[in-house]
Formats: sequence, structure tokens, C-alpha cells
Amino acid sequence: MLENVSTITIESIPTEVWKLKQDGYRFVTMTCCDESAVHDVLYHFDKNYQRKHLRVKIPKGTALPSVAGIFFAALLVENEMQDLMGVTVSGLPIDFKGRFLLAEGAPTAPLNKSVPGLGIQVQVKAPAAAEGTVKS
Amino acid sequence: MVNLINSIFRKLFSQPETRCYPFKKRELPEGTRGRIDIEIDKCTFCGACEKRCPADALKVSRDPKSWTINPYSCIICGYCIEVCPKKCIVAIKEHYNPNTL
Amino acid sequence: MIRRNTIPFGPQHPVLPEPIQLRLVMENEKIVEALPVVGYVHRGLEKIAEKKDYIQDVYLAERICGICSFIHSQNYCQGIEELMKVQVPDRAKYLRVIWAETHRIHSHLLILGLVADAFGFENLFMRLWKVREQILDIMEATTGARVILGVCAIGGVKRDIPPALAEEVLRKLDDVERQLPELCDSLLKDYSVKQRLVGVGVLPKDKAYELGAVGPVARASGLRMDLRETGYAAYGDLDFKMVVEESGDCYARTAVRVKELFTSLDLVRKAIKRMPQGPISVPVRGAPPADEVLARIEQPRGELNFYIRGNGTRNLERFRVRTPTFANLPALLHQLTGCELADVPVIAICIDPCISCTER
Repeated sequence: MLENVSTITIESIPTEVWKLKQDGYRFVTMTCCDESAVHDVLYHFDKNYQRKHLRVKIPKGTALPSVAGIFFAALLVENEMQDLMGVTVSGLPIDFKGRFLLAEGAPTAPLNKSVPGLGIQVQVKAPAAAEGTVKS
Repeated sequence: MVNLINSIFRKLFSQPETRCYPFKKRELPEGTRGRIDIEIDKCTFCGACEKRCPADALKVSRDPKSWTINPYSCIICGYCIEVCPKKCIVAIKEHYNPNTL
Repeated sequence: MIRRNTIPFGPQHPVLPEPIQLRLVMENEKIVEALPVVGYVHRGLEKIAEKKDYIQDVYLAERICGICSFIHSQNYCQGIEELMKVQVPDRAKYLRVIWAETHRIHSHLLILGLVADAFGFENLFMRLWKVREQILDIMEATTGARVILGVCAIGGVKRDIPPALAEEVLRKLDDVERQLPELCDSLLKDYSVKQRLVGVGVLPKDKAYELGAVGPVARASGLRMDLRETGYAAYGDLDFKMVVEESGDCYARTAVRVKELFTSLDLVRKAIKRMPQGPISVPVRGAPPADEVLARIEQPRGELNFYIRGNGTRNLERFRVRTPTFANLPALLHQLTGCELADVPVIAICIDPCISCTER
């Protein structure tokens, strides 16, 4: 069971996270699950081994405001969520635009349930400048 | 400085640290999981091990009775040893030999 | 006139055990900015975990990392046991502590050897790894494999340590402890080693808390953070003491790891002496897990978090892994600004990077 979970709305994300930072919590991680029409995003915080979680459900296609201005540690996690789940995050200070973990030619948003996973053939293409010397 | 001279004398008159490999092999302790083998007389070809293998390395069939393992996929985890109802799969001490595969 | 250059550090570098690229923006020899480029060893592990059933995932969780593999499988088993409300017997808890602490000793010896190799002291690197070989022999004698043990299961452990084997393990640990003081003195008290490590890569205490640093990196800056204090899996009965240093540079991180070697040797000896008799596992019955949990454990590199959610069928709905090196990367980027180019390999290896854990 997860204890200490509170459900909030998209617009109140920056205020709630700022309140937790003033309180002395540190950022642990973010998780995203794919339920069929919405993405279920969870934020996890910790202070002196006591945990606290925030839950937001966003419909697919809406943008999530970034908390990297409040906690710098959230920057890499939000870039990874953009790659793997296809969630758009707005206001990132350093934006890798979908190429943080995946190479060119990989399937987009592979962790969603609609992508089959095992058994698909993927061809990774080299960037255009080195095409002459690459064998496929 | 004294430590350095002590160290030099000790290492000068002692055995080398490495062993002469193909002439002297390392002794494996008892219970090492080297590779997977089967006692084919006890097997009933039920297929429980094929369903449970995490790496899909086993193929069992009833009609021409056969049990094969793909040694390139096997990760020697030991799950098939646990689920076999007749306890006929064992892990033996020697490793897969690339010359005889 | 000040010129800016961009130099790539990695992905292939003699000091890095795994590929990661850091783009360093430099002005005249001092580093101004650093940008990480990852993605060289991404395996898509979280997707495979949804295709296999929840018992086969124990073997998958072991193979996330090669250096700390038992602790990943222990954390996964602890999370599933919390979801399915399974009580593990006491003897299994003590056995898990023995193997976890042996893993911590071998991981710290590995990284201390690589730190010595990073500033050129190859002889010390070889001698530390020779001691590590004796620890791997202990693991092979008790479980059957050297690196990926395959011995933790949901509901307990799969193998026992009979009393004759326990005596032999204690003798080998005494042998290891006799060789360690000379090697640790070369790391901590030598004049030329101190010139390379003291004052390099300083991370002050408030910055470490704000950037989310965990593990020996945080404990070397004065933060008292170690999950073994919460008392999971028999640590509550073993009088565990935390190691904390104050200065926050690379020398403090090395000192924390050296002192933790002796703490772990002590814990293994106490666990062998105090282990109770009894069964080593309980059979697991009932419906597959159908709830969510955040399981955490202290890995040699820091705090490891697994988020597990089940939906009542044999396949899990979501399995999310957050490893400690992923949390230490922003702290690394902060330490690199303002340092010289020759110090970059020492700083990069002192946070203990395990990139295959980071990218899964």
C-alpha cells in the first residue's frame, strides 16, 4: 500500500511542490503509468525516512508543467518520461526533445500498452553525415 | 621507506600470484551451477519446464519424445530444476565447453 | 580574449567502466558547464518486465546490474512480499543479510581499485582486486555462482549454509581482514594520493540535500542518510552503526567506503553467530498481487527505489526502477563546474557510476 498519497490537479502542481520544498522534503523520483485514456503521474518525496506522494491524472495529449525550476534533480526524470511514455513537458531548462535515451529509428513512446514490445524489428539509422561508411 | 624494502624482499622470494592455466585448472567448489543436464529415463515430457523458463531456452515435445536445451540462451538460473515434478533436471559442475557445442 | 571549446569526455575512456558521454564546455582550462549524453546501453528492461510473469521477474531484476545483483533481487522480493502479505522466516532474513553484506564488500573493493587506477596507481588496483577474488570464492562456495547468485526467492531463500561451511566462511573472512589494513593505509595516508584527492570536487552539505544525492556521496558531505537504520531484514538486531564524514571532497568519499568495509565484515560475523534455526522459506499461495508499493533498500551506491503495481493477473502492470547513480548525476554536474580538466576522471569515478543500472 502507498500511504500519504494526495490527489491534486494539473494547475496546482507548482504550488504544492513549492510547499513541500519549504517544508524540507527532498525529491526522490516520478512514475508514470499508462491507463487507457489518461496517464497516471506520481511524484515521490522523502524527509527523514517518511515518504509523501502526489498523484495527478492527465489526459493524453496535455502538457505537464515542469518542476525542474524548483528541484533541479527532476530534470533528467522528466526528459526520460518524454522519451519513454510520450508525455509532453513544458518549460524544461534543458530539453533533449525525445532523444535522451532512445536512438533514431526506435519506436516512439515504447512503454505504452499499444506498442507490442517483443518481436518487432528495429533498424537504427546513423545520422545523415556518416551515411557513406555505415553498413546496415 | 622501510615498508617498501620489506615489501620488495617478501615478493622477491615468494610464489607468483597467477596459476599456469591450461596445465593447472582451478578446483570448483561443490554445488557450483555449471550447466543444466537431464536424466532422460525419468522424464515424462510434461512441458512444465518449458512454460517456466525465463529465457525460452527449452523445447519439449511429446509426439517424437524429445527434450532439447539451447545453450546459447540458457542463463543457468535453476528455475526448471525447481518446477520439475519428477526432479530429473540437475545442474552439474562443469561449464559448457565451446569446442563440443 | 577568452575562447570557449567543447570537449567530449567518453563514451570510451580508460577510466570509465561503462559508456557515458559528458560534454564539457571549457574556457582556457577551467570547465564552465557539463552536459550528460546517455543512451548507449539502454535495454528496455521495464517493457520486458511486463511480458514475463511476476516470478520470472526475480531473475530479470537480478540482471539489472552485475556488481550489486543480489540486492536488486532482494528489493524486488521484499516488495512483492509486502503486496502479498507473506512473512519471511527469521533464518532467511539473516541469510539475506549475510549475502547482501558480502556483496557490499566486493562492490566497495571494486570501486576502490578503480579509483586507484584512475590516478595511475596500478599496483594497488591489482592487489585490491586480488582480495576481491577471495570474496567471490566465498560466494561461489555458498551459492553456486560468482557474480549473479540466483538464490533469493519470493518467500525466503533457496539454499542454506550448514555449520561446517559457516566455519570456513569465518576463516576466509579473517584472512581477508588481515590483508586489508596495509592496503587501506596506502589509500588514505600516502602523500601523493592525498595531493590528488583532497579538495577535489567539493560538494557542500546543503547543496547535496537539495540536489538529491544519496549513498556515500551524501554521507561524505555530512548528511546522515542510510536506509539500513530503518531495520528491514534483520538489521534491527545487529547493532548497525553509520559512517559519516564532513569535508565533502573525493578524499572523504574514499574514506567512507574504506570504513564501510570494516563495518560490513563486522555485520557478517555477527549475523553468522546469531543466526537462529528454522525453515529457510515459506510456500507462497494466493492470488497474484493487485496493488501498488514503493520498495526501497540500501545498495552499495545509495538508495534504490522500485515502484511495483499489479493488476491481479500473473503479469505486472508497471515495474519502475530508480537507481542511485541516476540520483547522483545532477550532483556530478554541479561538482564539475569550476574544476580543471585533469581532475575530471577522478571526480567522475568517485561517485561510483554504474551506467547499466541508470539506463536499464
